[in-house]
Amino acid sequence: MKSDFSKGISHGIPIALGYFSVSFGFGITAVRSGLSIFQSSMISLTSLTSAGQLAGVDIISAGGTLIEMILVQLTINIRYALMGLSLSQKLDSKFSVPQRLIASYGITDEIFAVCSAQNGFLSPPYMYGIILISAVGWVAGTTAGATAGQLLPVSVSNAMGIMLYGMFTAIIIPPSKKQKSILFVVCFSMTMSIILKYAFANVSSGFAVIICAVTASMAGAYFFPLKDEENQK
Amino acid sequence: MKTALYIFVMALTTYIIRMIPLVFFRKKIKSRFLKSFLYYIPYAVLSAMTIPYIFYSTGETFTAIVGTVTAVILSYFDMPLIVVALSASLMAFIAGILK
Repeated sequence: MKSDFSKGISHGIPIALGYFSVSFGFGITAVRSGLSIFQSSMISLTSLTSAGQLAGVDIISAGGTLIEMILVQLTINIRYALMGLSLSQKLDSKFSVPQRLIASYGITDEIFAVCSAQNGFLSPPYMYGIILISAVGWVAGTTAGATAGQLLPVSVSNAMGIMLYGMFTAIIIPPSKKQKSILFVVCFSMTMSIILKYAFANVSSGFAVIICAVTASMAGAYFFPLKDEENQK
Repeated sequence: MKTALYIFVMALTTYIIRMIPLVFFRKKIKSRFLKSFLYYIPYAVLSAMTIPYIFYSTGETFTAIVGTVTAVILSYFDMPLIVVALSASLMAFIAGILK
């Protein structure tokens, strides 16, 4: 079982590095919005989500209501429920309720993506490994950014901004080469995303992701239903 | 104190969203349509998050394009995630200097 844990850690290293650069930026923003270094780091530790945290900090600094906080988090983060549903089908049968309660903490876009790309079922140690290292990267980046925002030259922090997207690309492209159905879903979703971004600019980005994901996956399921062997994955 | 309450509510809301499907949804889905739908979700989510936002990720379109092209080529040749992520970032950085 130990090897599953270290496998999780090693799969989580690129996520952690990407998170560090993104949350560094979050740390800078949070401190500028009037939060302390400790508060900024606590937000990253307890929420572990990018867009939701940014919106949350806006609400805190603008003196918004708790209801607003709940509604905004629901809208931006409801995609995690969809991911949780998808992941629930990939969990090892050994996963107990307490283990599920722990693993729930770590459902993020990136962790979900890497877990989904694994062949076979997911074990608790694997998920703990990937979640632990990712959370360390996320919180450490926030603390570093909040503490020393001006430490890195702009040219470096700007270039670091593409890391997570580069990782997404590496997850999407290889299966798209092999399976026509995945390529179809990918192109469908990208097209939807472009339309929403430029023609319906008032739709929030969290909500836009949900619309794209649901429509593209429904189209994929309709035109390319899985055959039985693929279901085993 | 008030800020702590906001942080707590934010975290709790986010956790509940993640926890409910994972903890309460125990049975295997039978519907072929639903299985297929869930199988495609990760690819659809990541595609929508990447395009067009990757082009804004470095604060400058030119360096973002250089990084994107690097990422696409390396991904096409099945390079590991970390290699693709770091190379895209490195090339965007170099493009920013050379420009």
